[in-house]
Amino acid sequence: MRYLLRRFAVLLLTLWAAVTVNFALPRLMPGDPVQTKLATIPGISPLARSALEKQFGLDTHQSIVGQYFSYLGQLLRGDLGRSFTYYPTKVSSMIGQSLPWTLGMVGFATLLAFVLGCGLGMVAAWRRGSAGGNRNARFDTFMVPLGVMFGATPPFWLAMLLVYFVAFKLGWFPIGGSRTPGVAAGGLGGAFDVLKHAVLPAFTLTIVSLGGWVLLMRNSMLTVMNDDFVKFARAKGLDNRTVAYRYAARNAILPIFTQLALALGVVVGGQVFIEIVFSYQGIGYWLLQAVLNEDYPLMQGIFLIITVTLLVANFVADALYVLVDPRVRVGAG
Amino acid sequence: MNVRSVLSNPRALVGASILAFFIAVAVLAPVISPYSPTDINFATALGPSWKHWLGTTSGGQDILSELIWGTRASVSVGLLTGALICLVQLVTGVFAGYVGGLTDTVSAMVTNIFLVLPALPLLIVLSAYLQGSGGSGSTLVLIGVITITGWAWGARVLRSQAIALRDRPFVEAARISGEGRWHIVLSHIVPNMLGIMVANFFGAALFAVLAEAGLEFIGLGNINTVTWGTMLYWAQNDEATLMGLWTWLLVPGLCILLFGTALGLLNFAIDEIANPNLRRD
Repeated sequence: MRYLLRRFAVLLLTLWAAVTVNFALPRLMPGDPVQTKLATIPGISPLARSALEKQFGLDTHQSIVGQYFSYLGQLLRGDLGRSFTYYPTKVSSMIGQSLPWTLGMVGFATLLAFVLGCGLGMVAAWRRGSAGGNRNARFDTFMVPLGVMFGATPPFWLAMLLVYFVAFKLGWFPIGGSRTPGVAAGGLGGAFDVLKHAVLPAFTLTIVSLGGWVLLMRNSMLTVMNDDFVKFARAKGLDNRTVAYRYAARNAILPIFTQLALALGVVVGGQVFIEIVFSYQGIGYWLLQAVLNEDYPLMQGIFLIITVTLLVANFVADALYVLVDPRVRVGAG
Repeated sequence: MNVRSVLSNPRALVGASILAFFIAVAVLAPVISPYSPTDINFATALGPSWKHWLGTTSGGQDILSELIWGTRASVSVGLLTGALICLVQLVTGVFAGYVGGLTDTVSAMVTNIFLVLPALPLLIVLSAYLQGSGGSGSTLVLIGVITITGWAWGARVLRSQAIALRDRPFVEAARISGEGRWHIVLSHIVPNMLGIMVANFFGAALFAVLAEAGLEFIGLGNINTVTWGTMLYWAQNDEATLMGLWTWLLVPGLCILLFGTALGLLNFAIDEIANPNLRRD
């Protein structure tokens, strides 16, 4: 319990740090791009303008400390402000609209890569460590460089190749977008349309994140396989499968759960590079649009949402760890 | 860890060979490049030919020359940023871990905060604020942003290593004989964790290469320099694929992939050599 409380304190501290960075960044910018940008918003009322000025610390009547606290108050009320580019659309509703796309496509690919990667890493480590000589180790010899290569693949480049060869040349999948504008969202046809648009981006993400899981799981498994309890299980004459899956793998996967929770936390941030190449309208796509259009409220809002989710995911990972691994509980008293 | 044990590891050998190849290309760029990478006087959008092995861009540049000069820029930024990250980690990880106390507490807290900040969005948002999105950013700022985003993970690993070494007898002896803190860190702690630090360098360089290419691809670098990332930026912007200029799209990415694989293999292999649990009996 004390362990969790301490983690919670760290969560709050980090949250505060993230919010403060978010507050400080636009104010540290060289020049005054926000003021310039504000002047270009069409049909903005003086009242709305002064509200926006306040939000970005351009309100000269208020001290920096006062601005800071009114910013915090705004956040506590769940107010992320309004987009510059799509004024007067609320940032929160823009995030709400793009979130399901990101959660579905990126979330699925992340889980798929985790399951496939851990499976492959586990088999690679087990084959290498078990008797049977070089023939068995060959899988590992092949798997490690492959994993490293997948991990070094630039996601946007793979995405561009897929767009060119699979979508454009072969015409198997749509070239971009998250759905065909004319097709109704509901029903079987709509679902199929959405799925068709998600295949290539999800595939790209699975490939580029697969390698990391393979290597992580393989090394964790090799470390566990040196433990006495695995040697003892073998010495007892338990068959290979039982030792591999019920003894070694269960312990090897423990440290990787934390990584999974973090990876799931990152899901909310979308995949800027992949979403941009496929024009897939998730959070990552809008983050880059915000950057390109100098839409600071949208950019700040998205960054804040991503950070908060990641922090919460991190905390949940720590909490889950206490549940699945009693050693943490005992160790931290 | 010594050079011999690294070179007898097949993964490390392959990684080192690829790395050596790219460094050679980077150094010899002025000699081996057939044309100037910024020369735009060629016919546009040519396919591969004897005159232009990889064809020309839609702007009329020779793709092979761009690739060779791009290698020089990307390789040096990658390795330099990797080194810079290591330097930050030496202070926030090794030194702080060794001295302990308030320095360590504060440093560990900052590390933990950076660890849970989302790396990629932070990279993009920081670049956007510091460089603007006009594509005229500076390479130095790019390196700085990648360093800020990429140091935390390794710092944590190095810190726990430094703490493990802190109370070993030989360090104790050096302390009693009155050696300074930095002297102890550099001549007693670092040599005993050199394997992990070198592996860490290659990991950091891999992160830097991918981050640099990614930022440049979305126009958050300087689009007027010739690097692998900006080549892909222009290839995407000028719709190289739709014009059938597949070499323009394929080769810069392939270089990133190969160079990244070399760094990844070295990172993995040296980690393996330094960590007895991963070694083969």
